[in-house]
Formats: sequence, C-alpha cells, structure tokens
Amino acid sequence: MAALRAAWLVTQKDLRVELRSRELVYTTLFFAVACVLVFAFAFGSPEEDTAAGVLWVAVMFSGTVALGRTFERERQGETLRALLLSPVERGAVYLGKLLALVALMSGVQLVLVPVVALLFHAPLGRAPALLAALLVAGTLGFAAVGTLFSAMLSRARSRDILLPMLLYPMTVPVVIAGVEGTVALFAREPNLAMAETWLAMLVFFDAVFLTLALWTFGAVMEE
Amino acid sequence: MQRVVVPALLVVAAVMFMWAPYRIDAAPYESTMGLVQKIFYFHVPSAMTAMLSAFVCGFASVFYLWRRNPKADHVALAAAELVVVFGLIVLVTGPLWARKAWGVWWQWEARLTITLVMWMIFVAYLLLRRFGGPGSEVMAAAVGIFGMALVPFVYWSVNVWRTLHPTTDVARTLPPEMAGPFWWSVFAFLVFYAGLLLVRVRLERARAALDDAYVLLEE
Repeated sequence: MAALRAAWLVTQKDLRVELRSRELVYTTLFFAVACVLVFAFAFGSPEEDTAAGVLWVAVMFSGTVALGRTFERERQGETLRALLLSPVERGAVYLGKLLALVALMSGVQLVLVPVVALLFHAPLGRAPALLAALLVAGTLGFAAVGTLFSAMLSRARSRDILLPMLLYPMTVPVVIAGVEGTVALFAREPNLAMAETWLAMLVFFDAVFLTLALWTFGAVMEE
Repeated sequence: MQRVVVPALLVVAAVMFMWAPYRIDAAPYESTMGLVQKIFYFHVPSAMTAMLSAFVCGFASVFYLWRRNPKADHVALAAAELVVVFGLIVLVTGPLWARKAWGVWWQWEARLTITLVMWMIFVAYLLLRRFGGPGSEVMAAAVGIFGMALVPFVYWSVNVWRTLHPTTDVARTLPPEMAGPFWWSVFAFLVFYAGLLLVRVRLERARAALDDAYVLLEE
C-alpha cells in the first residue's frame, strides 16, 4: 500500500512538472501530428487499413520521443539519483514514472486520434470504448518496456539511438496486436469479436511485460 | 579440464558434421517436397540451438543481475553472440526452403516474425554492449531477460496461431529413417554449440582479466 502511495506521488510530481512547463505535451504532440502529415503525403490514396497502421506508428514514434525526454529531464536536473535514493521501493518509482508516461501519451492521443481519423477516414464513432481500450492497453505495454529501458539507458552512451533500437523489436508484439485489433475495428465490415481477441492479447502482453519490467527495474537501477 | 574438453568437443562436432551429409543423403526423400526437405536437417537443429542459447543467455542474465557474478556475464555475452550466429543460419536456411515449398522467400506469419524479432533483440543486445559505454553489462542483462521471455512465444507460435510453418510436432513424429539423421544433426549442433560457448567464455574471461591487469598497472 505504501509502495502504491509512493508511486502515486512520483506520478503527481511528473505531472506537476509537466503541467508547469508543458514541454513534453507540446513537443510530443506536434511531433506526432507531423508524423501523420508525412504519412498523409506518403499514402496519397489511403487503403482501408492504412489508418490503423498510421495511428500506431505515430503513437510509437511520439512515445519514444516522450520517453527519451522525460529521463533526459531527470538526468539534467540530477534528480534521477535523488529519486532512486528516496526511501521507497524501486518498483514504486518505476510504477510512478510509468503512470505519468501513460497519462502523457494518452493526452497526446486525445488529439492525435481525431487527426488520424480526419485525414485517413477512420470511423471513430463505431466502438469508441473498444478503441480506447486498445489504445490504453497498447500504450501501457509500450510504456512498460519503454520506461524500464529509457531509465536504464539514461546513463548509457549513445542512448538516443539505443532506445528505439531496443524498444522497437521488443514491442513488436504490442504493435501487432494493437494494429490488428484496430484494423478489425476500422474495417468496412467490422469484426468486433476479433478486436476483442486482440485486446485480450494486449492485456496478456501488458501483464508479462509489466511483471518482467518491475522485477528487472530494481536490479538494473542499483548503483 | 577445459584444455581437454574444448578440443574434444570440437573434434567430435567436426567428425559428426563430416558424417552428417552421408546420413542425410541416405534418409528417404519426403514425398511432396523432395530434395529441398533435406535442409530441414540443418534448419531445425540450428533453430533449437539458437533457442537453447537464448535460454542460456537469459538465465545467465538473471543470475548476473541477482548476484553480480562476472562469470555469469561472460556466459551471457557468449550465449548472446551464439544466438545471433545460429539465428542467422535459421534465417538463411528458412527462406531457401520456403522459396521452394511455399513459393515465396518470406511470409509474415507468426513464427517467422517472432524468430526475426528474437534475433533482432539479440543483435540489439550486442550493439548495446558494444556502444553502451560503462555499465552496459547490467543493461544488457535486462535485454537478455526480455529476449528469453520471447522464446516460448517462438516455440508455441505455430501451434497456437495455425500458420504456414510446420508445427513443432514434426520432429517427434518423424519416421525412423528420417529421425536417425535428424537427431544426429541435432547432437552435432549441440556439441558444436557447447564447444563454441566454452571457447567464447574463456576468451571473455581472458579479456576481462587483461582489463583488470591494465587498471592495476595504471594505479
């Protein structure tokens, strides 16, 4: 219980810092929209399942930027060490950072998803709850691996390139499940049962990744 | 001990590999695929070796994270390199077979995708160790653990998602004339793997000792 409270405090701290500077929200959002714009020109006449793919690629790319920046901020302020020195469990620090990231990425998606829908004619109103669940579960899985690796890489050389290099292969299962679920949802003849199956798969991956990352974080972040 | 074991393993592997083509040649032709099926005698053993090596790397990484024993780290690094080597054999022989059997070099189906992903994770592991700077052993250990976590998915992927790839039952249900050369190849690969792993671990230990010696010299 104390660990959860500590995690919540870390989340609050991150969100408060973010609300005051709004650095990450603005930059990440603009980056995501710029990505979508490039895709809009790359796929002149979008096919049926382009929207789902574009959406998830934009989520992943902008998520990588957000991940790199949050820990860069901690590193520059020398606050990561202070966080790790605080008398709480390492797992709590991890959970707190993870929650803040998921909140940030979800906030960006609130704008990103309508933009994608507008440019690629995606039927957003069909099953909004299911779409939201897919996005949250996918974001959680991506951020679960991402938080671990970007925290750990904050001390490494050439971390900018190492992060996507490690993160993309590892989160392929999340991308596959997310894209397939969204494709089933956006298709001309939607298959909601299929989308729910992929959602279940995402939740399963989330559980695996979260457990592994929680366990590894404490061991990796020792100095 | 190692002075005897390593050369012995490598000699046994060499003899087994030299004899393997004769045994594979003597095995009957598969009725529908004919000659191309023969690649199976090398493709599957190298896949098994790569998966085994991923497990060795994963367990060594767990042990290293937990105990911080440098020996475990040497084993993890050696095993990760061998995943990449044997994985490359799998990824080359697979398409050679698929071109004839399926008519395409590559198919984005579950097992191929996830094997490629696993291979890429271990390539990333090596890149991280090479360019990550000080402390990259610890970070790499986390990568090794995640890489190992994927192995069960690789194994079950074909059985769970019914796809083009032959299932894992094939090896168990081989007719005896095919099973003989098949398991011969598997053991040849495993013996070769054990030899390579030991050589690489020894090399890494020597390198670490040399590094320590340099540090001592500087002080």
